[in-house]
Amino acid sequence: MGEYFGSYAVVAVLLLIGVAIFAGGLLANRALRPHRPTPEKLLTYECGIDPVGEGWAQSQIRYYVFTYLYVVFAVDAVFLFPWATIFAAPGYGMATLVEMFVFLGFIALGILYAWRKRVLTWT
Amino acid sequence: MADLLGIAVRLAVIVAAFLLLPLIVGQMEHKAMAHMQSRLGPMYAGGFHGWAQLIADGVKFAQKEDVIPAAADRRVFAIAPAVALVPYLVVMVVIPVGPGLVGVDLDAGLFFALAVMSIGVLGVIMAGWASANKYSVLGGIRAAAQLMSYELPLVLAASSVAMAAGTLSLQGIVEQWRWWWLPWQAIGAVVFFVAGLAELRRPPFDMPIAESEIIMGPMTEYTGLRFALFMLAEYAGIVVLSALTTVLFLGGWHGPLLPGPVWTLVKVFALVFVVIWLRVSYPRLREDQLQKLAWIGLVPLALLQLALTGATKVLMT
Repeated sequence: MGEYFGSYAVVAVLLLIGVAIFAGGLLANRALRPHRPTPEKLLTYECGIDPVGEGWAQSQIRYYVFTYLYVVFAVDAVFLFPWATIFAAPGYGMATLVEMFVFLGFIALGILYAWRKRVLTWT
Repeated sequence: MADLLGIAVRLAVIVAAFLLLPLIVGQMEHKAMAHMQSRLGPMYAGGFHGWAQLIADGVKFAQKEDVIPAAADRRVFAIAPAVALVPYLVVMVVIPVGPGLVGVDLDAGLFFALAVMSIGVLGVIMAGWASANKYSVLGGIRAAAQLMSYELPLVLAASSVAMAAGTLSLQGIVEQWRWWWLPWQAIGAVVFFVAGLAELRRPPFDMPIAESEIIMGPMTEYTGLRFALFMLAEYAGIVVLSALTTVLFLGGWHGPLLPGPVWTLVKVFALVFVVIWLRVSYPRLREDQLQKLAWIGLVPLALLQLALTGATKVLMT
């Protein structure tokens, strides 16, 4: 068990190194760069003209459908990984294979449904 | 003690590769793209064929003023480049370059790599939202939609390899690899590579940063070192994607004559060249075409690959 967590300790150390590279780079940058803010410079740059309204403006978002699709399928897909490593082990064989086709059938049916409902077409 | 020293050396090599390989890829892109478009590319910096161009760029970026717009969400804006960049460094720890030559061989290596890789996209979404700029918000939302659509084919294609090898450890997958996996997993390889490109928002999947319509999207408001870090993240992403494709589908260090690590590098850079080549060859996809390609093209293909892998594997044993 100790060895198991030990291998993740290496990952954590690398993460810390990554954060240190970022922080160190910005610290060095702070020493090297000028800092002369003016109101014009700090204005949001959109297309050259002064921005109208604020940046978090309302707009039509058509992507929420994909979010639904994603949540459904990604949760399914996560269960594939533990299954994938043992499905061909002795004693499983045919039954697990049939189960997989049932699983694939569900996903395919979901996409077929979304496609028939025309959520994938925009115009 | 010897163990600790070994780990320290591995980490040092990973960090060095992480800082060096993206620069080589960047220079390769400058030159390959230029020659494909009948230009010369950078020729001045450093003397010999402009080899020091990216170092010169880095020196320039380090001296530039760091402008954070008054309207922006300062804290999120400031850390977004780190969220985009650091995951690619962390992924490199599980990628084997030769037998035993790996940062650390996790049991769930493949799962870990996929999970950490998609964190990088969050950095782009954070940048888009925190900029408080209409174009950036649009770009951030596009990036989010793209992540969600292409994550599924990516995960399905990768799990096909896990099924074939019967393990999630990347080291174990390469050890199991045989030459006939190339045709057997070919569909999965293409799906994985294309979906990975889309996750990196590389052309032709660069709708989120489309410079001609939403002026670089999430990166509009970034200047100086923070912008440079986003660029570094993009090229580190190319390296990581090419390395993962090599390890999963092209047999990593397997190959005749040359030593293993050399084969890994050769395969990685061949894929990097393909990434650059695709950028030069294809026009940008429209947003709805992009979503359609994922759901109607790649996901069914990935499912087909899963069925093929499962059936072959069970019938063989």
